[in-house]
Amino acid sequence: MAANTKSTNGGSKKVMRYNRWGYIFLLPFFIVFVIFQLIPLATTIYNSFFENYRSGLKQIGPNFIGFANYAKILSSPDLWKYVGNTLIMWLIGFIPQILVSLLLAAWFTDPSLNLRGKRFFKTVIYLPNLIMASAFAMLFFTLFADSGPVNSMLVQMGLISKPFKFFSSTVATRSLVGFMNFIMWTGNTTILLMAGMMGIDPTLFEAAEVDGASANQIFRRITLPLLRPILVYVLITSLIGGLQMFDVPQILTNGSGDPARNTMTMVMWLNKHLYSKNYGMGGALSVLMFLLTGVLSIAVFHITGNDEKTDR
Amino acid sequence: MEQKTKKPHNSVHGRRFLAYFVLILMSFLCLVWFYILFINATRSNGELSRGFTPFPGSNLVKNFTGMLHSTQPVVRGMLNSVLVSGLSAILCTYFSTMTAYAIHAYRFKGRKAMYTLILAIMMIPTQVTALGFIQLLTKMKLMDSYVGLIIPSIAAPATFFYLKQYMDSVLSISLIEAARMDGAGEFYTFNKIVIPLMKPAIAVQAIFTFVGSWNNYFTPSLVLKTETKKTLPVLIAELRGADFLKFDMGIVYMTIAFSIFPVIIVYLLLSKYIVGGVQLGGVKE
Repeated sequence: MAANTKSTNGGSKKVMRYNRWGYIFLLPFFIVFVIFQLIPLATTIYNSFFENYRSGLKQIGPNFIGFANYAKILSSPDLWKYVGNTLIMWLIGFIPQILVSLLLAAWFTDPSLNLRGKRFFKTVIYLPNLIMASAFAMLFFTLFADSGPVNSMLVQMGLISKPFKFFSSTVATRSLVGFMNFIMWTGNTTILLMAGMMGIDPTLFEAAEVDGASANQIFRRITLPLLRPILVYVLITSLIGGLQMFDVPQILTNGSGDPARNTMTMVMWLNKHLYSKNYGMGGALSVLMFLLTGVLSIAVFHITGNDEKTDR
Repeated sequence: MEQKTKKPHNSVHGRRFLAYFVLILMSFLCLVWFYILFINATRSNGELSRGFTPFPGSNLVKNFTGMLHSTQPVVRGMLNSVLVSGLSAILCTYFSTMTAYAIHAYRFKGRKAMYTLILAIMMIPTQVTALGFIQLLTKMKLMDSYVGLIIPSIAAPATFFYLKQYMDSVLSISLIEAARMDGAGEFYTFNKIVIPLMKPAIAVQAIFTFVGSWNNYFTPSLVLKTETKKTLPVLIAELRGADFLKFDMGIVYMTIAFSIFPVIIVYLLLSKYIVGGVQLGGVKE
């Protein structure tokens, strides 16, 4: 505390001395980031240029092969199939999610509706977001199993004569994955959109009401256009999350992505490469996913304008 | 004239009715699964095979003791999960506050670049670095250990971002300067002034980090190999992998309930802060 014994108007030199503490306080983050994120990222990229896998008991490689892994993976019909699966299941969940969230957020923030129990509904609808996705998927697997309670209810009600095999149907399995994502993420999106709607200048709504606009018109002509940046933000962050889809389809199908690998996502495929120690192909797939999320993140960055706001 | 005043009144009623209808339907869709889970966890295997009833059975205790003595170390798994998630939450929030403080309180060379870097890496999914991460843990002889699951939580850009924003609104530079005038050291100021001031935000982020770690399946499933070291999500996945239809279904439901209900109870107790936290923070994952 030598600095303190000096006169207080010691000027910038003293401030400079304090400012060195910034490095010390940053150190834990920086060290952990370099060891557990940066080095793994670098070695993942490095691996993608090598032929390195196991064939039975025999280890092939590592041999440097340049971009051959990328050429192989990009020309593989599997990649495009799994990208398609991931996007389809994301969309099955995202479309109802954004529609319902918009409705709920508009209702929650509409003072003329004056809904009761808002806190209760928000609490309930947000709840599934915190549930362990793997346990939730296991629950759905038991509930929708051939001899599970859903089938027994449908049979009891006479809607079907014999159990429907949900997990043998591509449409049913994909829909279940999408539905679970819908249930898990609607609350979160609703709360985000609500924050956006509450940020809109209330005099705009009042003026529109005075001019005789209907609730429907106000929503479409004022709320939606002003909400666009947040909607785009929700869309892209949800897409980034969707590309990482893993827990639900992995547990639901026991990692097989069945029926006919139609529910296999990109990360499930990556997980397979990691387990079989196919590091070359796994690396190339990781790098492709990294680039894809990178592009999407830059888009988010631009929308939120984080880079501008940083320095005050 | 009469019609004009009547019409908006009616439309508000109609919209309110529709709003309640959709809200109740959504609440039903969010809760019914956990209700069925609870009911089924109280019924015996025989009762379960005879079909679903909406009323609880009498096998709650029996299923619970059955789970305790099942082939899977479920209780051990829960203790492991508590340990990993608890330590992650503590380390993550303490060091993220420290990182936020470094950026907030000091003007050093490279500060802006560092801030931009942290924001830029916010969206990188853990999955894309998993390959290198596993190789690294293997080389460091840290496979099948909790170190690789706990320590990386120190570098958590999303938590940092939330805490930094909160810090901007509560911590003024003049307060830090006053502490310096009183002769407080920098670490003392951080631990005794900054941390207490940040408590509300730290609590929210601690909950999110805990739940995130509690629910995490991808990394633990790659790292943990010994049965007694596995966390709950890995055990649940194992349950799915086994030929579980031969199992006592009452116990299967009980195991799922055992891993879901603690989070539900904590959530119901703290929901005010959690929902408020989502509202403030914007980004979670």
